[in-house]
Amino acid sequence: MELDAKIPSGPLPEKWDRHRFELKLVNPINKRKFDIIVVGTGLAGGSASATLAELGYNVKSFCIQDSPRRAHSIAAQGGINAAKNYTNEGDSIRRLFYDTVKGGDFRSREANVYRLAQISNAIIDQCVAQGVPFAREYGGLLANRSFGGAQVSRTFYARGQTGQQLLLGAYSAMMRQVAAGRVAIFPRRDMLDLVLINGRARGIVVRNLITGEIETHSAHAVVLATGGYTNVYFLSTNAMSSNVTAAFRCYKRGAFFANPCFTQIHPTCIPVHGTHQSKLTLMSESLRNDGRVWVPVKAGDKRRPEEIPETERDYYLERRYPTFGNLVPRDVASRAAKAQCDAGKGVGDTGLAVFLDFKDAIRRDGRAAIEKKYGNLFQMYEKITGEDPYQTPMMIYPAAHYAMGGLWVDYNLMSTVEGLFVLGEANFSDHGANRLGASALMQGLADGYFVIPYTIGGYLASTPLEAVSETHPAFQDAVRSSQKRIDTLLSVNGRRTVDDFHRELGRIMWDHCGMSRNNKGLEKARELIRALRSEFWKNVKVPGQNETFNQSLERAGRVADFMEFAELIVLDALARQESCGAHFNEAYQTPDNEALRDDKNFCHVAAWEYSGQDREPAFHKELLVFENVALAQRSYK
Amino acid sequence: MKKNINLTLKVWRQAGNRDKGRLEIYSVKNISTDMSFLEMLDVLNEELTQAGKEPIAFDHDCREGICGMCGAVVNGRPHGPERGTTLCQLHMRHFSDGDELVIEPWRSRAFPVIKDLVVDRGSLDQIIIAGGYISVNTGSAPEANSVPVPQDAADRAMDAAACIGCGACVAACPNGSAMLFTAAKVSHLALLPQGKPEAARRAMRMVEKMDQLGFGNCSNITECQIECPKEISISNIGRLNREFFKAYLVSEEQ
Repeated sequence: MELDAKIPSGPLPEKWDRHRFELKLVNPINKRKFDIIVVGTGLAGGSASATLAELGYNVKSFCIQDSPRRAHSIAAQGGINAAKNYTNEGDSIRRLFYDTVKGGDFRSREANVYRLAQISNAIIDQCVAQGVPFAREYGGLLANRSFGGAQVSRTFYARGQTGQQLLLGAYSAMMRQVAAGRVAIFPRRDMLDLVLINGRARGIVVRNLITGEIETHSAHAVVLATGGYTNVYFLSTNAMSSNVTAAFRCYKRGAFFANPCFTQIHPTCIPVHGTHQSKLTLMSESLRNDGRVWVPVKAGDKRRPEEIPETERDYYLERRYPTFGNLVPRDVASRAAKAQCDAGKGVGDTGLAVFLDFKDAIRRDGRAAIEKKYGNLFQMYEKITGEDPYQTPMMIYPAAHYAMGGLWVDYNLMSTVEGLFVLGEANFSDHGANRLGASALMQGLADGYFVIPYTIGGYLASTPLEAVSETHPAFQDAVRSSQKRIDTLLSVNGRRTVDDFHRELGRIMWDHCGMSRNNKGLEKARELIRALRSEFWKNVKVPGQNETFNQSLERAGRVADFMEFAELIVLDALARQESCGAHFNEAYQTPDNEALRDDKNFCHVAAWEYSGQDREPAFHKELLVFENVALAQRSYK
Repeated sequence: MKKNINLTLKVWRQAGNRDKGRLEIYSVKNISTDMSFLEMLDVLNEELTQAGKEPIAFDHDCREGICGMCGAVVNGRPHGPERGTTLCQLHMRHFSDGDELVIEPWRSRAFPVIKDLVVDRGSLDQIIIAGGYISVNTGSAPEANSVPVPQDAADRAMDAAACIGCGACVAACPNGSAMLFTAAKVSHLALLPQGKPEAARRAMRMVEKMDQLGFGNCSNITECQIECPKEISISNIGRLNREFFKAYLVSEEQ
């Protein structure tokens, strides 16, 4: 089946305007008759809840954390892109669109990305009006800085805490609607299932994380904004509770999962220090402006960096990419670091790190200049590692960071389940095979503030929706199956902890489906995942009961879904016999070891349909048509 | 430098809000000093799970010091002994072999214990709901550069806006006051031209709500500032007081 993305006709710049005109409207006084469930309170979910409530809908908002203010959008450091062209460098909507499509290695949907670029400016206006304290120039106007993949300064920022400030803006807008009685908040809830009635999404099943009660909530439409799934790698830059469960449950109810193998591995993170490590911390990629990446020339060289003379160092990025040097894109830098470590040249206790050295920059510009630019990052590094990067090189290594893949959505952000809309990182739509820096915040807020408010209205106004109540058998069935699953998890009483299984799953994914992939490794990963999954259900140990605050049980449910989802990632990676962006299959590379796309056979979105337990999912594709950009090979030599 | 240490932990265990609770003693061995405090608790929890016991419940999420989810009182100090550090960013190299650590939840009337080290901080959301926002509907914003904001005002607003809502200020305060939390939000918005129209109403409503929720009064003890992981200054409390009195004396909003 070929998927219809429902892209409006007409020239690219007019599509969104035309579509908004053609969408049916819900009369203002009728909006209060509609209930909308929003799952997740990050940039996408928070902004959607606030905006839908402002329009008059009744919104029920759910999150895992104790407060909607804590979603993982809060950890985004760098900034948010917009095509304001305040710097007069020749930026435009078209340029932001082009950079984003190219950065995604031509695997995203033109019409969606163009709309994103069109909306970007209104996001900045909205956030400033909410009181987001963006960085300012002396004259009081907004400051910009540069980010990877662009030759113009278009990134707006609030120190190193842009995500936090944007999220608090969305959160405060949402809290205002709580005060107005239009948003009801349900914190500490885990979504366990999606409820369909007559083929349409009409509610959800959640577990109350304090009492263990399985609750049901009905609505006229469900909006999923539950973030990404890179915790499938166990170690990632995601928060501990970030998970795939909500999206995966929707997949099992009929929502297609698109491009799951597009996972971004970020090159500059603080390396793993030992077996008990629980997560990884990102260091902004801006550090590569002044830091030089190197490893010892000789494999197994365990001397301190200061003791290794200049002639015995290999500045491998500068050597391999003389034009872009240390500033090659994320996917290229990550693969290169892995290659050095695989060759035995990795540094540090584990041998899984490379140096990022500021010695030359400090000598050239002085310590004060470096401190002004990167002071807070150096401090953070020192806090975590106990080493002073002014004196000794930083050690960095790539880490799983972001999911470009997600639930398939059409131009209206509706999934293949009618009435189920998917926003932000949880959908697949805008970043293709590789996301550019400072684009995630832009997409989350675009979806929530400026896309869903119109498209959900079009759906509600044109769809006959009968009244449903939570006593409907579909709700009761979903509750029973959720309860059964929990009972099973608690009854296994095996010998291995949930974290122990999760760590092993992460290892399999990292080794065989990480920065560099090959068919043999992927086949092996599939077998290993199946074996581990079968062991999980026989040997997992989950202490405590359901009717209490039970964090082991929460994690067990999420890891159980990761066990199944991991296989889908591997399957998708095997089906995509090309290399593009973050998906690098060793069999498809240029003579210079760069990703080699196959536009003839793989210029499409892969969307997977669940076909039942232990059955191969069905493959569907959406062909990607590029009418406004020319497909080109990326080169950074 | 010794890389691994042994510790004795006295951890607050409380099954639920109605349970009385008590300190239980655990010893943890061979802890790498590169670990974070929460990773040390992970190790203990894995051991407890293996031994068929209930692991210690504690809140945590981002583990990079920004979400505000984690926090416990360690030897009497919220987020432990290091200044400007959340519990998740506190590393074990700051402790010595043989140390005894007493680990307790936030203690405050407004933060009921849910289990062990987990408390209910919903009251902080309630303070924000009372007025911690600028009333602007999506779509009605003017062009971003149409209202210049002096760099200094934007910087000071950002200093206050850095609050992560963890509740350490409340836990640190002998009166259990949420003044630093409330002041940070009032200051952040009052310092910006966008926040001025509602400044009086915001200050009055947020302070009133804080009192209603059972938080104590501020008596300038300044513990909050010492323990705040984002080092938010008590000068914000001064600004809140000025905003409040200004509103109380001259505003129509009574």
